[in-house]
Amino acid sequence: MSDTLTIFEKGAPGRRAFTCPTLDVPEVDGLLPEAFRRGTEPRLPEVSEPELVRHYVNLSKRNFDLDSGFYPLGSCTMKHNPRLHERVAALPGHARLHPLQTPARAQGALELMWNLERALAEVAGLPHVSLQPSAGSHGELAGVLLTRAFHADRGDVRTKVLTPDTAHGTNPATVTMAGYEVVKLGTNPDGGIDLDDLRAKADEDVACLMLTNPNTLGVFDHNIEEIAEIVHEVGATLYYDGANLNAIMGISRPGDMGFDIVHFNLHKSFTQPHGGGGPGSGPIAVADRIEPFLPRPVIVRGRDGTFDLDDERPKSIGKLRGFQGNYGCFVRSYAYIRSLGAEGLRDASETAVLNANYLLARLRSLGVADELPLAFGELCMHEFVLSGAPMKRDLQIRTLDLAKRLLDHGFHPPTVYFPLLVDEALLIEPTETETRETLDAFAEAIAEILREAAEDPSIAREAPYTTPVRRLDEAGAAKRPVIRQAL
Amino acid sequence: MLAEIGVGSLEELFDRQIPTAVRLQRPLDLPAGMSEHEVYAHLRELAAHNTSAEDELTFLGAGMYDHYVPAVVDMLMERSEFLTPYTPYQPEISQGGLQVMFEYQTAISELTALAVSNASVYEGPSAVAAAAYLARIANGKPKIVVSRGVHPHARAALRTTASAYGGEVVEVALRDGVTDPDAWASAIDQDTGAVIFAQPNFLGAVEDAAALAQAAKDESAGGPASDGHVAGSGTPQTAVVVGSYDPIPLGILRPPGECGVDVAVGEGQSLGNRLDFGGPSFGFFAATEAYLRRMPGRIAGETLDVDGKRGFVLTLQTREQHIRREKATSNICTAQALNALAGVVYLSWLGRRGLVELGELLLQRTHYARTALTSVDGVEALHEQPVVREFAVRLDAPVDRVIARCQDAGINPGFALAREYDEYADGLLVAITEQRSKADIDRLADILGAAVAAESHPAGAHA
Repeated sequence: MSDTLTIFEKGAPGRRAFTCPTLDVPEVDGLLPEAFRRGTEPRLPEVSEPELVRHYVNLSKRNFDLDSGFYPLGSCTMKHNPRLHERVAALPGHARLHPLQTPARAQGALELMWNLERALAEVAGLPHVSLQPSAGSHGELAGVLLTRAFHADRGDVRTKVLTPDTAHGTNPATVTMAGYEVVKLGTNPDGGIDLDDLRAKADEDVACLMLTNPNTLGVFDHNIEEIAEIVHEVGATLYYDGANLNAIMGISRPGDMGFDIVHFNLHKSFTQPHGGGGPGSGPIAVADRIEPFLPRPVIVRGRDGTFDLDDERPKSIGKLRGFQGNYGCFVRSYAYIRSLGAEGLRDASETAVLNANYLLARLRSLGVADELPLAFGELCMHEFVLSGAPMKRDLQIRTLDLAKRLLDHGFHPPTVYFPLLVDEALLIEPTETETRETLDAFAEAIAEILREAAEDPSIAREAPYTTPVRRLDEAGAAKRPVIRQAL
Repeated sequence: MLAEIGVGSLEELFDRQIPTAVRLQRPLDLPAGMSEHEVYAHLRELAAHNTSAEDELTFLGAGMYDHYVPAVVDMLMERSEFLTPYTPYQPEISQGGLQVMFEYQTAISELTALAVSNASVYEGPSAVAAAAYLARIANGKPKIVVSRGVHPHARAALRTTASAYGGEVVEVALRDGVTDPDAWASAIDQDTGAVIFAQPNFLGAVEDAAALAQAAKDESAGGPASDGHVAGSGTPQTAVVVGSYDPIPLGILRPPGECGVDVAVGEGQSLGNRLDFGGPSFGFFAATEAYLRRMPGRIAGETLDVDGKRGFVLTLQTREQHIRREKATSNICTAQALNALAGVVYLSWLGRRGLVELGELLLQRTHYARTALTSVDGVEALHEQPVVREFAVRLDAPVDRVIARCQDAGINPGFALAREYDEYADGLLVAITEQRSKADIDRLADILGAAVAAESHPAGAHA
């Protein structure tokens, strides 16, 4: 089938797109010792530019994307990506600026980063920001390393980090990478942290509690002040996973809740396009007592208003990556914050919560809740979790089948089978940039799939039918991995 | 909408969920919003306060390079279908992105001559740290030996992460511009879990990669794995040899897979990605088959659908954080899919012969530039090793002041090594790309010569 041939299976020997500049210097033999020379050239594609363009444009048409349709992928905040951001990020003054340009000749970039730091600090309610981490998971690693440095500086050796069972998988994975042991916390009937479990496990060995609030159930933990008190009582830090920040911008601030360290996902709340799985950016905001340990360099502003990079940071955890972070993402997120302003950010979060609650209410009034009940609580923040357990029992279709059938209706399915503590979970996050009509249509599609399953569950169980490929053999792919084109 | 929900106001939605004590009782202290054209004008103004590669003739490299980004790359990266989806969790509607990953993995495997590649990691320096972590979980040995020829930011990122898991980082000095072979061999022992060098190294010198890898295997052989870490069956107990590679010269340089390197990583920016003041770009991560199941990050694999049609999926996910949680091989979640797309499109645009031709062009021009610069009074080579795209010289004048003079004349001559190396306080690192012609190089030699002359004589400094 020609439409699934890879670029390596197309083209012909000698075909090319690139024209190499003419050699304009005297040619000298033997510049590279033979022992260092490559014997056989890498077998890269040999295609013309028209072939190259057609191949990748055709591949692009085999992707579903946010610009084409509703993408309520829970915990991923698939909000609209304004095109203005692509335009400003592409300005040569940003796009062709070398990261090692002398700070005196990169004042615009440093000013932008300084302004973005100040804005993120205000949203977080914490005074200091480092933009360096490359993604949310990288921000988490930074946060746990900061915690380690903070304790070590006081000669305090701690071994454990608490994470609730609702946590994103990156939390426990990060804890292990940072050399700590993971201790899991249970969830109470309201969907928040089980306080008794927390009290029992919070001791002097605990370095940190990592929390998402609202959490991955879409529940705002109303015990947050008490949680902060228990954690600080034993000398641990409180870490805020900012994956769900889109629920509370301008409404409630992690710093005011008692958090010491926050990471942001610029690709979630702040519109950096998701790119098919990256790039992202994961800045962190911290309290005063954590500030000495921030990654270096930090941006400083002199008395004369000029900006510089300060690398002389004796207590710093060091660097997490090269240069100053994903500046291209900073440009986009900064443009977003300046477009919306204070009121606009608050409005975005309010509308995100309104949309989620409206969609939940629509599903209820369509009778969907009987088969897909809300897992916790009555209302929700910016996202909510349904359990597909009754649907599985009554209609003999699983959450996976519902998700696959949604593809035939032209929707990207919600996040499925996460969080882990909800049976047959469906995590739905509509975001603020969707219209009421879209939410209505999505709710109607779910109701329709349930009606259809009541008549004939095999339709959903064998879906999808209208996609470029149908259900794929994932087990087989893992058993005998083929991860490159054979040549 | 409120009526459907059954609440009287937006406020009520929040009042019923968030305690008053943690509600923000004032507006955020941020500027008011602006219209699209105002935001554009503001961002344009900030851009105008930067001196970019558009504004000066730049020879700055040191980890990121001003290569030409072809128009097809921009066009494809801007397509909604690549720009706006997320990780392909639903493969039936993500075949485009998944196939791009598969093609990217193939291209990186070919480039490195290593069997397996993931679908990309954040960027170069953190990829070096990730490779050391792979070694840690593979053999549990504490010591990480790293050449000072490895990018300073990569060594810094390595120290930052290694300290948390008890890794002991030992640096090996350079001699005559390359990793000192004697110091390298004597630093490596049976407790060494990973060794790391760069090719070419930070000073632009081509290392004898095969010799470094062989020495590492010889010196580290025989040590037992530490308790508490499970070494996989068949995983060699010698140190994991990690090479941090610049991808551009790999058309002409002997690839890591033919030098005994186990894991090759590197900064992918040169492959079709913009400078962007340091990111986003991508890191590549390739390895021998033995390390496939310990790799961090996403991997796409080929399979069939229920109708027997060829398709692609994310595979070997039992390594990953969303399945394995605290037992994952890495915490990495999002990779750099869009930047990796630029990488594979760029490599396809260059093509099989193009990468070789580009490598040969840069080899010749770099040699020409080194010769031209070192024939200037007050400029001499910092080392005599083979160079392929970048080289280091010593200046007989304060480097910062020479750079400032050149920049005033519209040329950025390169990177002051003193910013990262005390031992090369008089060093300047000069990078060549296909965008720097012979005429540009000649102009650099003239301007640099004048600047060195002016700065090496006290009277000249005030002229």
